[in-house]
Amino acid sequence: MVERHLVAYRRMWLIIVSGFFEPLFYLLSMRLGVGRLVGDVTVGGRPVTYVEFVAPALMATSAMNGAIYDSTGNVMVRLRQMHLYDGVLATPMTPADVAVGDIGWALLRGQLYAASFLVVMTAMGLVHSWSALLTLPASAAVGLVFAALGFTATSYMRGWPDMDWVTVATMPMLMFSATFFPVEAYGRWRWAVNLSPLYHGVAMIRSLAAGVWAWSMLIHVAVLVVLAVVAVVVAARRIDRLLRA
Amino acid sequence: MAAATDDLLIEARGLTKRFGEFEAVRGIDLAVHRGELFGFLGPNGAGKSSTMRMIAAVSPVSGGTLRIFGLDPRTHGPHIRGRLGVVPQLDTLDQELSVEENLRIYGRYFDLPRAECRRRTAELLEFARLSDRAGSVVDTLSGGMKRRLSIARSLINRPELLLLDEPTTGLDPQARHLLWDRLYRLKQEGVTQVLTTHYMDEAEQLCDRLVVIDEGRIVAEGSPRQLITQYSTREVLELRFPARDGSASTAELADQLGGVGSRQEALADRVLIYADDGEHALGEVHRRQLRPDSALVRRATLEDVFLQLTGRSLVD
Ligand SMILES: Nc1ncnc2c1ncn2[C@@H]1O[C@H](COP(=O)(O)OP(=O)(O)OP(=O)(O)O)[C@@H](O)[C@H]1O
Ligand SMILES: [Mg+2]
Repeated sequence: MVERHLVAYRRMWLIIVSGFFEPLFYLLSMRLGVGRLVGDVTVGGRPVTYVEFVAPALMATSAMNGAIYDSTGNVMVRLRQMHLYDGVLATPMTPADVAVGDIGWALLRGQLYAASFLVVMTAMGLVHSWSALLTLPASAAVGLVFAALGFTATSYMRGWPDMDWVTVATMPMLMFSATFFPVEAYGRWRWAVNLSPLYHGVAMIRSLAAGVWAWSMLIHVAVLVVLAVVAVVVAARRIDRLLRA
Repeated sequence: MAAATDDLLIEARGLTKRFGEFEAVRGIDLAVHRGELFGFLGPNGAGKSSTMRMIAAVSPVSGGTLRIFGLDPRTHGPHIRGRLGVVPQLDTLDQELSVEENLRIYGRYFDLPRAECRRRTAELLEFARLSDRAGSVVDTLSGGMKRRLSIARSLINRPELLLLDEPTTGLDPQARHLLWDRLYRLKQEGVTQVLTTHYMDEAEQLCDRLVVIDEGRIVAEGSPRQLITQYSTREVLELRFPARDGSASTAELADQLGGVGSRQEALADRVLIYADDGEHALGEVHRRQLRPDSALVRRATLEDVFLQLTGRSLVD
């Protein structure tokens, strides 16, 4: 499955590259603009500049975006327009193989964005600890969760208009995941932040980039892993229901 | 595997398929042996594709038993699909890939080594006469070329059993004959084939044995020749009468022809007379002072059988 996408996407590298620039532009604007107006923030008791605070969150966001782009729009085309999966399921491949393959591919795409983002962060001097390398597995977990959620959501969509729900779901996620302000700023709405899968990714990556360790990280990992497993299983079931009538 | 079951590639008993309340396949019994070319004939919505999809181990069986290669598709789906070639009614080609990549990547889904996929791809491009279009994107192919590519793709895993759902629908006569020739070659190589079709000449030309299905049930079974002898006469006389205001309708004409041949049938524009000797029947028509515009004596075909068995509904 992944091999098929590699071949197919050799022709479409431009689309892939463009997706990467979006969070990058955010980051640059932060550095040039907002970053000068806002003072330092603390991560795990250590003060960091605002740009250092936001950058890891944007890295998590880019992993999410990469994964979601692929697991929604592209899966929709393969499922409803190209009937690609119908052809694949006539071979020894199973619905689970298809789900794992396509979620894996979407995850890879998210990972590509996240990795490039990490390189840019390092180049801008925003990374101070070797533990930042661990942000890669963390962003992979974020990508996996969103790839599987995106895939599952897409399987319920009847047509392109439903696609707007993806934006409806991801925009608030971006706002309510402690991306742009510390989680304390949410006051009594703080519990709601915990409901956002992106928040757990942001918190993980932020701590790792700053080189701060805390027990709470285990909780974030657990949340991401459990969500990912559940979403992959549901996604495989959906493929089965949809295509094997 | 025992020799006896090894020879029986498809075995179905009381096979049914339900979509919610609706029963598309209503208890079908089948036995297809190795080396056979077996056909499904039936009007639109008869349940041909539904049956094919169950045999392809894609669509779950709703009732009855089904064994492919002696195995249960519920428990051995991937193994069965690995030994099948499937040409679905609607092409499921990969539109983001080129012709050559379509074949090569499909082979990979069967877990064939890359080098092997490459080798077979070259072979199949030749087989489908698509070598000069190897680099084209699928979207730019004509309908017939896509169909040929679908068939080539279904052969990438060297299947023992090939399932073809209306393989020649939408093809021009040349492409159809090219395809028949290819299917015949495959048969000689020992590939068992099951095909559905609406074309009577196709069924007559290709099939060793066929079943006619209508509304989810088998209504007749046998070789094309057997079916024609059983359900039709040797010859058919087609009569066209001048259509003028006040002239008799075809139904009235058919009444007037009562007793000529063994059966008469009124169509919208013609009267058909089923008779073992068409010329003799025509003589009888003239003796009754009826003057058709045109009269044609032809051999009975499967089409006559088909129309009689499934009623004169709209068939394409
Ligand atoms: N996925 C499905 N859900 C509900 N009903 C279906 C589904 N697939 C087929 N049917 C119904 O089952 C019946 C048989 O369909 P099928 O496709 O097997 O017919 P067919 O013999 O292949 O016809 P055709 O010659 O038009 O291809 C039809 O009435 C069709 O509407
Ligand atoms: Mg059909």
